[in-house]
Amino acid sequence: MPTSNQTNVSHATNLDINLYRRRKFTNYLGLILSMASMVLGLVALIWILIILFKNGFAGLSWAVFTESTPAPGSEGGGLANAIVGSLMMIGVTALVATPIGILAGVYLAEFGDRSVVASVTRFVTDIMLSAPSIVLGLFVYAILVAQVKHFSGWAGSFALSLIAIPVVIRTTENMLRLVPGSLREAAYALGAPRWKVTSYVTLRAARAGVLTGLLLALARISGETAPLLFTALNNQFFSTNMNAPLANLPVVIFQFAMSPYENWVNLAWAGALLITLAVLLLNIIARVLLRDKKAGH
Amino acid sequence: MNNQANSTPLANAIEIRDLNFYYGKFQGLKNIHLDVAERKVTAFIGPSGCGKSTLLRAINRMYSLYPGQRAEGQINFYGQNILDPKQDLNMLRARIGMVFQKPTPFPMSIYDNIAFGVRLYQSLNKADMDERVEWALTKAALWGEVKDKLAQSGLSLSGGQQQRLCIARSVAVKPSVILLDEPTSALDPISTAKVEDLLHELKADYTVAIVTHNMQQAARVSDFTAFMYLGELVEFGATDKIFVKPQRKETEDYITGRFG
Repeated sequence: MPTSNQTNVSHATNLDINLYRRRKFTNYLGLILSMASMVLGLVALIWILIILFKNGFAGLSWAVFTESTPAPGSEGGGLANAIVGSLMMIGVTALVATPIGILAGVYLAEFGDRSVVASVTRFVTDIMLSAPSIVLGLFVYAILVAQVKHFSGWAGSFALSLIAIPVVIRTTENMLRLVPGSLREAAYALGAPRWKVTSYVTLRAARAGVLTGLLLALARISGETAPLLFTALNNQFFSTNMNAPLANLPVVIFQFAMSPYENWVNLAWAGALLITLAVLLLNIIARVLLRDKKAGH
Repeated sequence: MNNQANSTPLANAIEIRDLNFYYGKFQGLKNIHLDVAERKVTAFIGPSGCGKSTLLRAINRMYSLYPGQRAEGQINFYGQNILDPKQDLNMLRARIGMVFQKPTPFPMSIYDNIAFGVRLYQSLNKADMDERVEWALTKAALWGEVKDKLAQSGLSLSGGQQQRLCIARSVAVKPSVILLDEPTSALDPISTAKVEDLLHELKADYTVAIVTHNMQQAARVSDFTAFMYLGELVEFGATDKIFVKPQRKETEDYITGRFG
C-alpha cells in the first residue's frame, strides 16, 4: 500500500527515536524473560517425564495387568487389583459428579445468576476448589469411615467426588457463560420455555466445553492420594467390593515406592507411569474437543 | 392463524399506544403511538440509540428476559394488550417471531434447527414435519442449497445461509408477525439482496416489522416507515411519502444524510 508508506515517511520526523528504542528494549527484555520461564518449565516437565518413562517402562510387564500386588518378600506381582480399584472409584465418582456438577453449573449460569443462593454456591465452590484434598479425605473419614468403622471404596469415591464436583460446576458455569446471549434470545423468540432453551440450545452449544471440564476433573482426581489414604485405604488382594477397603494406584505407589523390596519399587514406577499416561490421554482428548469446538464456529 | 377472514386492506396487526420504555431509570422510548399494518412491511429507521430496536423488542416482550427493563402503555396485538402481566410470553413469541442482527443457528442439524420451534407447539408426524421443513426452507429461498445436507450442522452454513436458516426457522412455526432486527447488517450484498427479496415474498402471508440502519433498504422493502430519534417517533407514514416528501425537518436531515 503506497499511500500508507507515504504517510509514515512524512510523519517520520515527528517520532521520538529514543522513546522507540526504549520500547524496543523493553520488548526484547520481556521476550527473553518469558522465553526463559518457558524453558525452565519445559526442562522440569521433560526431566520428570524422562525419569518416569525410564523407570516406568522398566517396571512395566504383562504381569502388571494380570497379577495383584505381591505380599512383602514375594517375587513378581502386578497392579491388577489397584488398576481395577482405581477405575471403579473413578467411574463411580464420574457417575456422581457429572449430574450434580452439571446441574449446579446450569443453575449458576442460567437460573440463579445473581441470587443469594447462587452467590453462596459460587463461594462454597471456590473454597472447595482450593481446599487441600487431605482435608476432604479427613472429613469423609470422620463422617463416614469412622461411623461405619471400616474403610471402603464408597468412601473413596465420596472423597474424590468432593474434589471433582466443584471443578465440574465451575467449568460448566464458565462454558455456559461463553454462549452468546443472542442464541438464548433466538430460542426464546420461538416461544421455547426456559428449560428447553437451556437443555436443547445453551447446554448443547457448550457441550464440548462441559465435557472438557468433566475430563479435566477426572484427570485431577485420578492421581489424588491423600483423600484415599483415609477412605479406601488399600487392599492387597483383588477385590471389586466397593463396601470394603479397595486397592488403588495412588496409595499403592505411596506404599511401594518407599519400600525396601525392589519389585515393589518397580511396580510403583509402573503405576506412576500408568496414571501419568491416563492423565495425559484425558488432557489430550479435552484439548481436541475444545479445538474442534472452536473450529466448528 | 392469519387467514383470509380478516384481510381487509390496512387492518392493523399491532397498535402501539402511549408506549414508554425504561432501562432502569433511563427512558428508552417516549409516548410511542404507532400502527403496524397487517401483511405489510413496516420499517423502523433512525440513528443508533434512537430506540428502534427497543421498540421491536417490546413487541415480542423480549425485554422481559432482563430484570430492570419495563414498558408502560399498550401494545395491542389484534386487540389484546400484550403488555398485560398475565400475557403468556411463550405463546406470544410463538405468534410473533423474531430474526436477529447476527445469524443465530442452533447447534444442531439444519433440519432440527427448523423442527425445534415447530415441535414446541405442534406434534407432527415424520412426513408432515419433513414437509414443513421443506416448506419453510423453500419460503426462505434456502431449500435448493441445503436439501442434500439437512443432517449437517446449521453452523456449517455461510453467514448469509445461516441468516436465511433463521428466517426459515421463524417462518416454520407459522407466526402472524415477523420482527427483523437489522437482519442484513452482517451480510454481504448478495445475501442482503436475497433476504430483501424474501421480505417481498413474506408479506403476502405475514406482517413484517424491520429495523434497519440502511435507508435504501427501508425504501426498497417497506410499505410504511417510522423515523425515530432520541426515543421518540418523529414521523410515520407511507414509505414513498417519507422518503420523497418528509413532513419534519429532522426526517429530511436524516434521510438526506445530514446527520445520523
